Amino acid sequence: MQVSREEILHIANLAQLELKEEEIDKYITNLQEILNFANIVNNAPIDGLDITIGANEAKNIFRKDEVKTFDNIEGLLQNAPAQDKHMFKIPKVLE
Amino acid sequence: MDITELTVHELQEKIKNKELTIMQINEAYVNRIKEKEPEVQAFITELTEQGIEQAKQIQNRIDNGEKVGDLAGIPIGIKDIICTKGVKTTCASKMLEKFIAPYDATVMEKINAEEMIDLGKLNMDEFAMGGSTEYSYFKKTRNPWDLSRVPGGSSGGSAAAVSANMVPWALGTDTGGSIRQPAALCGVVGLKPTYGLVSRYGVVAFASSLDQVGVFTKDVQDCAILLNVIAGYDEKDTTSVDVGQKDYTKSLQKDIKGLKIGVPKEFYGEGINSEVKASLETAIAKYKEMGAEVEEFSLDIAKYALATYYIIACAEASSNLGRYDGIRYTYRAPEAKTLKEIYKKSRSEAFGAEVKRRIILGTYVLSSGYYDAYYKKAQQVRTLVMNEFNKAFEKYDVIVTPTSPTTAFKLGSKSNNPMEMYLADICTVSVNIAGLPGISVPCGVDSEGMPIGMQIIGNKFCEETIIKTAYAYEQETKFREKYKPTFKK
Repeated sequence: MQVSREEILHIANLAQLELKEEEIDKYITNLQEILNFANIVNNAPIDGLDITIGANEAKNIFRKDEVKTFDNIEGLLQNAPAQDKHMFKIPKVLE
Repeated sequence: MDITELTVHELQEKIKNKELTIMQINEAYVNRIKEKEPEVQAFITELTEQGIEQAKQIQNRIDNGEKVGDLAGIPIGIKDIICTKGVKTTCASKMLEKFIAPYDATVMEKINAEEMIDLGKLNMDEFAMGGSTEYSYFKKTRNPWDLSRVPGGSSGGSAAAVSANMVPWALGTDTGGSIRQPAALCGVVGLKPTYGLVSRYGVVAFASSLDQVGVFTKDVQDCAILLNVIAGYDEKDTTSVDVGQKDYTKSLQKDIKGLKIGVPKEFYGEGINSEVKASLETAIAKYKEMGAEVEEFSLDIAKYALATYYIIACAEASSNLGRYDGIRYTYRAPEAKTLKEIYKKSRSEAFGAEVKRRIILGTYVLSSGYYDAYYKKAQQVRTLVMNEFNKAFEKYDVIVTPTSPTTAFKLGSKSNNPMEMYLADICTVSVNIAGLPGISVPCGVDSEGMPIGMQIIGNKFCEETIIKTAYAYEQETKFREKYKPTFKK
């Protein structure tokens, strides 16, 4: 499969990344090379095999829905790039 | 006596016999860090001042006749992917350059409960993506055996710090070989436990179905001691498994008569350096001599596993790294005006090239049209890999392979060639795909004096077996008595 310029821009957009001109060509080459290698999975003897999503048995883990307080609010907020009155500050979302 | 040469169990012995104090030990390590850090560059954040303060307090309590735990006052280094309350946890990324963790990871709570002293946060590839630690945003760590070479990765800071005696042991994480490969390249012991044995709570997520916390130590006995500390079920990590509390030091036995060792021939073929192969063959001959039953067999999954690994790991990473949005605790692009711009510019400016590459690959294989061709197939290959290992463990107790296809390579030699860097993981990734435990122990050096690692793979939750296999070999061959890092320039 050939990766096109449009495709890489589409993927970058989905991933919320802005690529510089020189990055676009580089990532097309990289992605192409990695995908060529990854195509080997098509030769694996996997007919009829189920998929595996995790290393151990997949089962639901239930717990009581209890409120637990986390009291280090200052510790959380000190990492905020912008804050106001104990809230994370962001630009206006609705016009 | 050089205190920093000693293993932790040797330190414990000397503390008990009143030959050494907690203060002497910590001062020795802090001095060693001062001396070696300019060359090795293993630390992102040094905590030596706090460490000395902590040591003083513990020493005072001992001097006042208080009884403290067996590991109280023993220094440790922590990979900078593990959250440490009140201390920067950067994941070696510009994205988290200023992030101060508001809570401790579960493994840190366990380390702190033992009153061990964290002497610093150790360097790594950004978000643990890499095999050389060259993709750190902050610095390039050097291999203590030859400073012009890489320490391996992604936990290269942890491996180099233990190898250079800057800490007696360290924690790391392993998603595709990030503990075992740098341990091999730096001539130390590295263990990746079974998926689920150790809590991942508070460990920055890369590929959640593959990530596991493990240990770097100078010898196998220390490895068992530290595994005792960090293993255990945690309700905060729903993928952690309750297998009860075990004492892994009980596995430190030299008798391996009748142990069944499987040697998968595909792991000794194309791409494996001839000196690495020869060293492994010598180690396997040693096992035979010691009474193990060795058999060659076919485990033809390595190349499928590597492709599958990069598909699954990148897919999970592209999703996990979606949280870095510039809003709550990360870098925010200063010029961004709108919410959309905050997302895009912050991510584009603060992620390094390799991280972006993997996010792009991961997004691609999950995107409509390619999901079935890549991601679904990779998940089926994951089943195949597990089935093949299951079959092998019906016949063998352990599987022995090289840890890395080569010894440590020169800085800069692979960092611009992603595919070549990925191939360095060929021997280790299948263990993560199947969720198995693996340990790397030094088994020799090449003609340039660079260490070679042997990987011992066990069945799920059979850490005891791989520890015993590694210990018996180590006691017989005494690598640490024969070889030491030279800090060659």
